[in-house]
Amino acid sequence: MNLKKDTPIERIWNGIYTENPVFCLILGMCPTLATTTSALNGVGMGLSTMIILTLAELIISLLRKIIPDRMRMPAYIVVIASFVTMVDFLMEGFTPGLYKSLGIYIPLIVVNCIIMGRAEAYAGKMKPVSAFFDGIGMGLGFTVALFLLGSVREIIGAGTWFGMKVTPASYVPVNIFVLAPGAFLVLGWLVAIMNRLKIGAGRRPGVDPTQGNMCGDCMNCMKLGLCGGKEECTENVVASVNAPKPAVAAVAGSNASPAGGTVNKEEVKGV
Amino acid sequence: MEIIMIAITACLINNVVLSQFLGICAFLGVSQKSDSASGMGMAVTFVLTLSSLVCGVIYKFLLIPFHVEYLKTIAFILIVAALVQFVEMFTKKFVPSLYEALGIYLPLITTNCAVLGVALLNVQNDYDILTGTVHGFATAIGFWLAIVILAFIREKMVYNDVPKPFKGFPIVMITSALMSIAFFGFAALK
Repeated sequence: MNLKKDTPIERIWNGIYTENPVFCLILGMCPTLATTTSALNGVGMGLSTMIILTLAELIISLLRKIIPDRMRMPAYIVVIASFVTMVDFLMEGFTPGLYKSLGIYIPLIVVNCIIMGRAEAYAGKMKPVSAFFDGIGMGLGFTVALFLLGSVREIIGAGTWFGMKVTPASYVPVNIFVLAPGAFLVLGWLVAIMNRLKIGAGRRPGVDPTQGNMCGDCMNCMKLGLCGGKEECTENVVASVNAPKPAVAAVAGSNASPAGGTVNKEEVKGV
Repeated sequence: MEIIMIAITACLINNVVLSQFLGICAFLGVSQKSDSASGMGMAVTFVLTLSSLVCGVIYKFLLIPFHVEYLKTIAFILIVAALVQFVEMFTKKFVPSLYEALGIYLPLITTNCAVLGVALLNVQNDYDILTGTVHGFATAIGFWLAIVILAFIREKMVYNDVPKPFKGFPIVMITSALMSIAFFGFAALK
């Protein structure tokens, strides 16, 4: 889909599909794995993150000319943490059931790398309207991913969907899918399926952290996923220290290898 | 006795990564090589123990007396960020050898949710300062154990022929799933 850059619709599509924070950028893994024991919990977590993300991006974008560059990280943290505290109170008051089952993961939205990443990479530079819709898009993308993961785990692991029985009576639920190992297993499979679809579509696989300092390692990249996994992470702290000098050459080499004929302009530009 | 039970639970039974999903970013990102994984584990142990102590003290002597417990999320994240900065400056000046070992991992720890998570869990479970610190230390040891095991497996896995769509992130997820199943065995300790 070719859409004009930084328009509301493009931002939303970008968040849900092109740069889906979970499936493409591999950001925000902690809540993704921890809160998807059921579809409802996943959607609840996704929506509360979306609200915080959207509001934080809006405020940060509005304040982007006031916040001094050197103080921006603490300032962002305070903005994000304030919204998290508000959402925490609102959920305690209005959705006590969900509040109880999400537990500690609500205050932990503060350290969700998606929010900090978008604040640093997008909202700190862009106009408020674009930042607002970027927040909605990314938040929706996160919600969709959590909903998918939660649905798969709930249906296989408990035989229910949003609490309703959906499997035939003879089906014995595979309990391990709602326990901790199921989260890892289902996410691994979903990302593998996404990769398969992308390979099929002639695109390179979205993620490959075993390659260390190339795209997909967004969780350690100081670009925080802004590049959409298309550029190598030149500012990867650990990788750049582990392989100080030949890093750039190695990166360029490893980057050119993966599947698909679209070893594209962005990569060249990135080098 | 209770404190030992808390420590064993935090370290093995409720392993911070494999059953509570905290600190996943560092767990996946810094586990390609066993020596860097071990360095990360060490840095997390250092910061997590210290931050549990400092957050516990600040919560008890500052937030509770002024009745502003609801500010704990903001307070803790700022404490952790400041503490990491401080540890970095302190070790650089006074213990350069330690700085050499931990330095590069320290900036990554600010956004490691295990650190904030443990501080919040300590409050949630009403641990006193000593128990909270031990809890933080044991959690960090559990993290260290998990990340080093994963790094060893990944070093071997380089030689495996993994199907293309599973290369990279997905196969690491599935490895973690198997490790997580293995750690279920520790539940019998309870």
